[in-house]
Amino acid sequence: MAKIKGTILVDIDKCKGCELCVVACPSNVIKLASDVNGKGYHFAYMEIPDACTGCVNCALVCPDSVITVHRLRPKSVQTV
Amino acid sequence: MENTITAQDIIRDGELVFKKTACLTDNVLSYCPGCGHGVAHRILMEVIDEMGIQSQTIGVSPVGCSVLAYDFMNIDMQGAAHGRAPAVATGIKRVFPNKFVFTYQGDGDLAAIGTAETIHACNRGENIVIIFINNGIYGMTGGQMAPTTLPNMKSSTTPYGRDVKMMGHPIKMTEIVATLPGTCFVTRQAVHTPAAVNRSKKAIRKAFENQKLNKGLSFIEIVSNCNSGWKMTPVKSNKWMEENMFPYYPLGDIKDL
Repeated sequence: MAKIKGTILVDIDKCKGCELCVVACPSNVIKLASDVNGKGYHFAYMEIPDACTGCVNCALVCPDSVITVHRLRPKSVQTV
Repeated sequence: MENTITAQDIIRDGELVFKKTACLTDNVLSYCPGCGHGVAHRILMEVIDEMGIQSQTIGVSPVGCSVLAYDFMNIDMQGAAHGRAPAVATGIKRVFPNKFVFTYQGDGDLAAIGTAETIHACNRGENIVIIFINNGIYGMTGGQMAPTTLPNMKSSTTPYGRDVKMMGHPIKMTEIVATLPGTCFVTRQAVHTPAAVNRSKKAIRKAFENQKLNKGLSFIEIVSNCNSGWKMTPVKSNKWMEENMFPYYPLGDIKDL
């Protein structure tokens, strides 16, 4: 069965690495990178992109609004 | 076959389900990582965006961590002297009765120096919205004890914990203003989980709808974390807030007329 797929875009330069999105993600998709951004924060990234369902939980708790979420519904649902 | 779907495909073919609202400016927030202020700013601006009242809203920023709120909120803002935001908002609302007016205050601002202004604005039933961020500490000045600091809670001025015999008990502003006849909607919410964020957003929406209907003053307390002041990581501070703040400051609607 085709499931809903999602993906997030993180504004790496503005991410402060607070880790709240990591805790909020029900699919454990997000992790903090070992690299740092220009400000020295470990930014969030998708560790397991395939597991993302686009549930928006990470974006809801992100204090800096750096996460943008896209979602793709399965073809069978999408067709009219 | 599913594995062949890439992020680019999802962005191209899928729908955009979440994006930073246009009512927030592109400036980087000055708050510490994980601070609840950022989420509170966002849901407030999302409500204003969804109601289409960006050009008709005037906010009053306080003194405290959110003193720079006018830098982040893409609406008309007015600065107020420490604690006097409800008085300034009263003036704005009386001059422009058709505008939407809100104040955005912290606990040091609203519950300490601005207690009189807050209580009297609530008692007069001014037709404004007060957003009260309660993190139990003076965040900006270095984590000193605030009136809302919990008993035995450590702060930079109470290194051995707040002694209620000497410093008194934490003040519950939300319960106090709920007893006043001028308020129409008094609630306490949080922004630490996705569900709590949604509930807070609904409460803010309701407050602005009340203002549209001239029902009186809506008072929304948001219990938030201050991980820098509490000397914890953001995740740990949210957990600490759930375990310690919520028993003393229970979430939910206190008054809804």
